[in-house]
Amino acid sequence: MNSVYMDNNATTSMKKEVLDAMIPYYTDIYGNASSKFYKIGRDAEQALYKMRESVAKSIGAANVNEIYFTGSGCEADNWAIKGIAFANSKKGNHIITTKIEHHAILSACEYLEKHGFEVTYLDVDEYGIVSAQAVEDAITDNTILISVMTANNEIGSIEPIKEIAEIAKRHKVIFHTDAVQAIGHMKINVSELGVDMLSLSAHKFHGPKGVGMLYIRNGVRIDNLIHGGGQERGKRAATENLAGIAGLAKALEIAVKDLDENTAHMRKMRDRLIEGIRKNIPYCRLNGPDDDRRLCNNVNFSFQYVEGESILMMLDMKGIAASSGSACASGSLDPSHVLIAIGLPHEIAHGSLRLSVGEDTTEEEVDYVIETLPPIIQRLRDMSPLYEGVEKGDN
Amino acid sequence: MYSEKVMDHFSNPRNVGEIENANAVGEVGNAKCGDIMKIYMDIQDNVIKDVKFKTFGCGAAIATSSMATEMVKGKTVDEALSLTNKAVMEALDGLPKEKIHCSVLAEEAIQSAINDYKKRNGEAPAENKCDFCCQKCNDVKND
Repeated sequence: MNSVYMDNNATTSMKKEVLDAMIPYYTDIYGNASSKFYKIGRDAEQALYKMRESVAKSIGAANVNEIYFTGSGCEADNWAIKGIAFANSKKGNHIITTKIEHHAILSACEYLEKHGFEVTYLDVDEYGIVSAQAVEDAITDNTILISVMTANNEIGSIEPIKEIAEIAKRHKVIFHTDAVQAIGHMKINVSELGVDMLSLSAHKFHGPKGVGMLYIRNGVRIDNLIHGGGQERGKRAATENLAGIAGLAKALEIAVKDLDENTAHMRKMRDRLIEGIRKNIPYCRLNGPDDDRRLCNNVNFSFQYVEGESILMMLDMKGIAASSGSACASGSLDPSHVLIAIGLPHEIAHGSLRLSVGEDTTEEEVDYVIETLPPIIQRLRDMSPLYEGVEKGDN
Repeated sequence: MYSEKVMDHFSNPRNVGEIENANAVGEVGNAKCGDIMKIYMDIQDNVIKDVKFKTFGCGAAIATSSMATEMVKGKTVDEALSLTNKAVMEALDGLPKEKIHCSVLAEEAIQSAINDYKKRNGEAPAENKCDFCCQKCNDVKND
């Protein structure tokens, strides 16, 4: 097999229909949506309204004007955190989040800590799930924002968002959820979930890179992150990336339409992969939940006695693209903060491997991984001084 | 990311394994940091007749172990002691910046094995040349 892509939590392939939906905004309707005094500008403006309408419908937003397009999921997260903090600093200075958020949230919170805000980083359990009760217990009179991700990008744990939203509402605290990994992998309806804000990123659900969205419920006070012109109701300056937004809207529309079929397929591929790995490789551990609280496309294992980057390199030689939470793979000295938060010792976290399937992943591809991975792990174990005793103990 | 030489030594590492009756064994690194190198040597008349390694770590850790063992094989103890991480890196056509510590670890592993040999023969160990470029590992050791 030439190439098997098992890193759909990192990014996804773009669909042909999505590309087709984008092209006209590069070629024909290239007008600036803010230039309303001539036809091509008005055409762009009208197209933008339709895209916004489509996105609002796809995520169940009550109003079209609650959809704000951004340059990425990362920007949407940064805007949610910093924008709420600075707009509500007279009310309070306390933010609640979790230890397993994406760095877009964590680094934004750390930045705010340098500017007088206080942040509570909640623990998660061994499966990476935060308790709604812990969120409620952390609320003080100064709490202005709660941000908890819908689903974790590394270990696929799905958080109790609806419960947390109810708690936030009861305490009149704004609630934001980073749904970047969840869209296309589970049903997301902002009205049913009861969240005040939600971030998403197009390239995680077969849309283009470089475009995201922040849903902001009407009535939520938020400062700008990007200052400039009057785009996005004056809340996010920059000429709208119309082609990118067209791609986001189209990809989201398809993701919602085909959700049941796609998630059923991905779940099947995921479970086949998990079962195959468990059966064929000793001394491994599935990281994240082992039930319906797991994202339908995420597999994350730790293999004892070996290091993640070496696994990735050997998989790459066999044409398999995957990812790892090891320090070496991340280019830092610490292993993944998520794996540490679920209580893994450093040495086990270093041996982690994330395989994330997609809607186009085939059984043959999964079987190829199941067949290719065990000899790689064994080869690395045979090279590992940590495995020496184990090996002898086995004999 | 990695040079062809690094990829070659990673995919076909030289001198992997153990030496049953090794008279010099050294181990450096820390599982918490993500890399451990263990070196076995058979030293006869001050010459490294054979050398093997076992490494837990990233691609660069495996490649530097392989290259370092190649570079000291057949050398005298003193020659092996003068092996620097820089020489290992140059022999591999360079390493990414964040992987330099792997070459330091390889240098230390060779040194640690030779010091074990010296200790067994009642000689004073050579001075530790580690400059703790990997500060984090140093912190972990002090936990």
